[in-house]
Amino acid sequence: MSSSPTPRRRPRSASLTANPVATVALVVVALVAIAVALAPVLSPYGSNEQDLAHIFEGPSAAHWLGTDSLGRDVLSRLLWGGQPTLLGVLAAVVAFVVAGVVLGVLAGTIGGWVDALVSAVADILMSLPGVVLILAILAIFNQDLAPAMIALGLLGSGSLVRVVRAAVLAVRSELFVSAAIVSGLRPGRIMARHILPTVVSPVIIQASLFAGAALAVQSGLGFLSLGVHPPEPTWGGMVGEAAANLAKAPWLLTVSGGIITLVSLGFALIGDGLRDADAARRRGGEVAAPRTVAAPAAPAAATAAAADAASPGATGAVLEVRDLVIAFGGRPPREVVRGVSFEVRAGEVLGLVGESGSGKTVTTLAALGLLPPGAAVTSGRIVLAGADVTGADDAAFRGIRGRRVGLISQEPMVALDPLFTVGSQLGDVLRHATDLDRRQRRARALELLAQVHLPEPAAVLRKYPHELSGGMAQRVAIALALAGDPELLVADEPTTALDVTVQAGILDLLRELQAARGLAVLFVTHDLAVVADICDRVVVMENGEIVESGSVDELFARPREAYTRELLASTPNLVSTT
Amino acid sequence: MSARSARPADPAAPAAPLLSIRELEVAYAGRARARGRTVIHGVDLDLAAGETLALVGESGSGKTTIGNAVLGLVPVAGGRIELAGRDITRLRGRGRRALAREVQAVFQNPYGSLNPWITVGTTLAEPLRAAGMPREQVRGRLERLLDRVHLPTDALTRYPAEFSGGQRQRIAIARALALEPRLIVCDEPTSALDVVTQAAVLELLQELQAEFGVAYLFITHDLAAVREFADRVAVLEAGRIVETGPSRTVCDAPEHPYTRRLVAAAPVPDPVLQRQRRAARLAAAAGPTPGALSPATPDSAA
Amino acid sequence: MLRLILRRVALSVPLLLVVTAVTFVLQSLIPGDPARSLLGPSATPEQYEALRQALHLDQPVLVQYRDYLLGVLHGDLGRSIFTGEDVAGTLAVRLPVSLSLIIGGTVLALLVGVALGVMSATRGRALARFVDVFSLVGGALPNFWVGLVLAAIFAVALGVLPATGYVPFEFSPALWAQSLVLPVIALSLSGIATIAKVVRDGVQGAMAQDFMRTLRAAGVPRRVLIWKHALRNSSVSLVTVVGVIFVASLSGTILVENVFVLPGIGSLAVTATARQDIPVIQGIALAFTIVTIVVNLLVDISYALLNPKVRVS
Repeated sequence: MSSSPTPRRRPRSASLTANPVATVALVVVALVAIAVALAPVLSPYGSNEQDLAHIFEGPSAAHWLGTDSLGRDVLSRLLWGGQPTLLGVLAAVVAFVVAGVVLGVLAGTIGGWVDALVSAVADILMSLPGVVLILAILAIFNQDLAPAMIALGLLGSGSLVRVVRAAVLAVRSELFVSAAIVSGLRPGRIMARHILPTVVSPVIIQASLFAGAALAVQSGLGFLSLGVHPPEPTWGGMVGEAAANLAKAPWLLTVSGGIITLVSLGFALIGDGLRDADAARRRGGEVAAPRTVAAPAAPAAATAAAADAASPGATGAVLEVRDLVIAFGGRPPREVVRGVSFEVRAGEVLGLVGESGSGKTVTTLAALGLLPPGAAVTSGRIVLAGADVTGADDAAFRGIRGRRVGLISQEPMVALDPLFTVGSQLGDVLRHATDLDRRQRRARALELLAQVHLPEPAAVLRKYPHELSGGMAQRVAIALALAGDPELLVADEPTTALDVTVQAGILDLLRELQAARGLAVLFVTHDLAVVADICDRVVVMENGEIVESGSVDELFARPREAYTRELLASTPNLVSTT
Repeated sequence: MSARSARPADPAAPAAPLLSIRELEVAYAGRARARGRTVIHGVDLDLAAGETLALVGESGSGKTTIGNAVLGLVPVAGGRIELAGRDITRLRGRGRRALAREVQAVFQNPYGSLNPWITVGTTLAEPLRAAGMPREQVRGRLERLLDRVHLPTDALTRYPAEFSGGQRQRIAIARALALEPRLIVCDEPTSALDVVTQAAVLELLQELQAEFGVAYLFITHDLAAVREFADRVAVLEAGRIVETGPSRTVCDAPEHPYTRRLVAAAPVPDPVLQRQRRAARLAAAAGPTPGALSPATPDSAA
Repeated sequence: MLRLILRRVALSVPLLLVVTAVTFVLQSLIPGDPARSLLGPSATPEQYEALRQALHLDQPVLVQYRDYLLGVLHGDLGRSIFTGEDVAGTLAVRLPVSLSLIIGGTVLALLVGVALGVMSATRGRALARFVDVFSLVGGALPNFWVGLVLAAIFAVALGVLPATGYVPFEFSPALWAQSLVLPVIALSLSGIATIAKVVRDGVQGAMAQDFMRTLRAAGVPRRVLIWKHALRNSSVSLVTVVGVIFVASLSGTILVENVFVLPGIGSLAVTATARQDIPVIQGIALAFTIVTIVVNLLVDISYALLNPKVRVS
């Protein structure tokens, strides 16, 4: 926090230009559009200029893309044919965006009956058989394409209405909008400054995807000779002409289908690129505190710490971590854990304490072989329950995870699969972490739930995670972790998300289970008060290195390192010490 | 006003409060499915100028809702909220916007409370511009503000993503301070931060209070922080205030059973003392098995 | 759950009214009138009047509309103004062709799409890249063009499958299947692309969830995590997209049936459009709307079944 702001990617620069493929797509689509618009200037021949002496010719200097069944220049016809095609797409997209944005913004901001009405309209639009209605309109308007394409845009706008409405609602619930209200900004200004800008990119994304769909419909109509008037060319119509001469000139099919595919691919890539850029930008707004690149800790301190924590050859260590280095990929690789050594002895509770970015969670995940993609152990050794598991894969962890070590994590509400009952998940774990048969597994499941003091275990088995409170869910998570009767329990901030009274209950439970089973616990936390409550020994980490370690009583009474003292001094204390 | 309060008066309550809340009721209006649900039941609070009043409670207790009611972010179903004797309960539109000069807020999540798409300078200028400060004066004012919260001036041209959580919270504090309000509602301003950062932010808030005489309505779940930071505390359980008083008194000698349970459950960063406290807590809970889910444990309410 | 179904059903009434009303209102805007265009310039005024009466064109639009709705309620969709055939009967004859195509295409898209999606989510970068490119290109290729290319290769060049025509199932199941292979592939390509991408994103997203870590750490093997938990967690988006693909296939048949000269509803729609045969188009629009409503209803019911929160309450 005290560091100066680290230069970071600005959210605005994460635009389309960051995505080369999308940029190329944009350029290609733009070039095609310009060429088509300039057809009167660019095209070497008239759109219907026949030359019966030169039919079905391949590409040549005179006819870059060859000639068709009437000896007409294919390139010229492509350029001229692009005009009705792309104009039709444009009409559809404009209708789509106008209807979608207006209705979506209205529904999202006014709410109430307007919202209900607009949502019903959107539902109806999305249930209409769009293309058949387009055919009806073409029939009725005597093959005039303009009303058909505008209708296509309106009929398609249901999805955009939903997207815009959802985006407006989402941003309106953002704290920065509350902050703007509290700052005394006028509603119009809040709309213009804080709400609408966030709607722009989803609209462009949807519009470019819809443009692809409109092109497909437009060229499909052309292919069916609907809404066009031969011999005037359209792209779809040219596919139809090529189809009629499939045996004589397959080349024509490639050209006409190729231009449609090219432009349609361009629309899709632009949409995808914008979506990626948008997602990256949203992530950019929510990233955790940037990890400051810390100066390496004084070697003396590190050595002293290592000497204290490491008692080489010590017996009874359930987990032994030696000189562990973990790096995240990238150039250059970023080392987030540097030379960490500690051990968890049988039957003890070891606290691993540090602030965010200290590397405490990554260290424990490495011990379980659960490092996130991109992170890897680059040196050092991890011995878990007597097996060297350094960099081991899932196969090597078979028989270890669940049976020798269990994990409980921070957010109990997301630590359980929301779509399966407690019984189903406990059953899954018991099937793989024990050798019990079906009947025994059920009995064991009930027993486990009773051991974590959940009332009515049989009823809990049938419950889904959302039917549990946070405290109950954490108890279920503990039961899951203990299902295979492991000797080590890794607890990653298990009470951080819980209320203080619930926290006390969970800590009591862990203490009880630990005593009853002789369990070793690696307890990861940022909270020194929790460490004081449950741990026997503690290791303090900062910026990927161990600062200090020792017995809890010793370390709290006589912290040796400045950082430990700072942590202790910063932790609010409910009991007066002054 | 406070004399008419139904509840036994808190002896430490201010005589002429800056903020006075009487019999506040807030109900969440029925969305499509849920019927209107009262979440705040007749809350009374008084806050003096320049004072820090903590509102402490567990999740779902309604503490944030009370803060939002003061800020006009949720509709009030009943009762009165007065600022310096003026009724602001249902103030809307222009009147509410004008209130920005007197009441401001710092929210819990510094990652969500700053618009990631605009620069810090723009964000900080918004309240000033909305209050009608001429553009030429804004820049100088912003630089002084940043200095007050110990951030470099070049922060103005940067985006929120470039700052750490603690720095963002300083920016949010600078925004709240921009109009020199008399009251800042601080909704869990440090709960998303690391402990060292947390201590620094609380220290900054205290420093600013000494300088500007601003009052804080400090919403938190952390009793230990209350004891160190707040003058007085109101303990909230399920939308009702169960105990109020000077924060040291309430933390050291809680009277209401709920407050007692909260105090007993909070661990302290001292292993020896914590062992004693734990033994005492378990002994007090004697009846049920340790760790068991007794009806008294609001485990199921979390 | 019941509320959900009721809402859908309630919404379908105005929907059907909208579809029929729109075509009716638009019809009244037609510059010429069908009787005139049917008879051609040489008809006598008497012939003209007689046809107008036969088609009820002499009545006010509202009356025509009421009569039409009453007819629809009794299964009478009117007669083609071109062939005079009963529209409902024509649709009934042609429906099996289109349904074979649509169901075949959706099933193929589902099978291939899920397999590709799961593999690309779990089997390394090369396959993921392939699915990326495939889903982009597959989505961008116009289905009628794909059909033509398939016909050019497998029917014209290799001669292994018929290029055009339809054989009823009752006549010969083997020939029926042969006649559908190419059209089904052409119709399902974009569906495969969409499903592969949705499944890939869904499985990847699910694998990144916290609960996957819980279950992995507790010793549950990856195979179970992928095929049970990850797929189940992607099921809502999968059901959504299958519904969308089914409905899109309705429109898709219009082109594909024309490419392969299949006597389904899609090719009927094109002929009717070219002939301004409004009753036929109205009938098709109504039929497609009903199918869409049923599919959306099934999708909604699946949501409710897939989501324990909805199911319980």
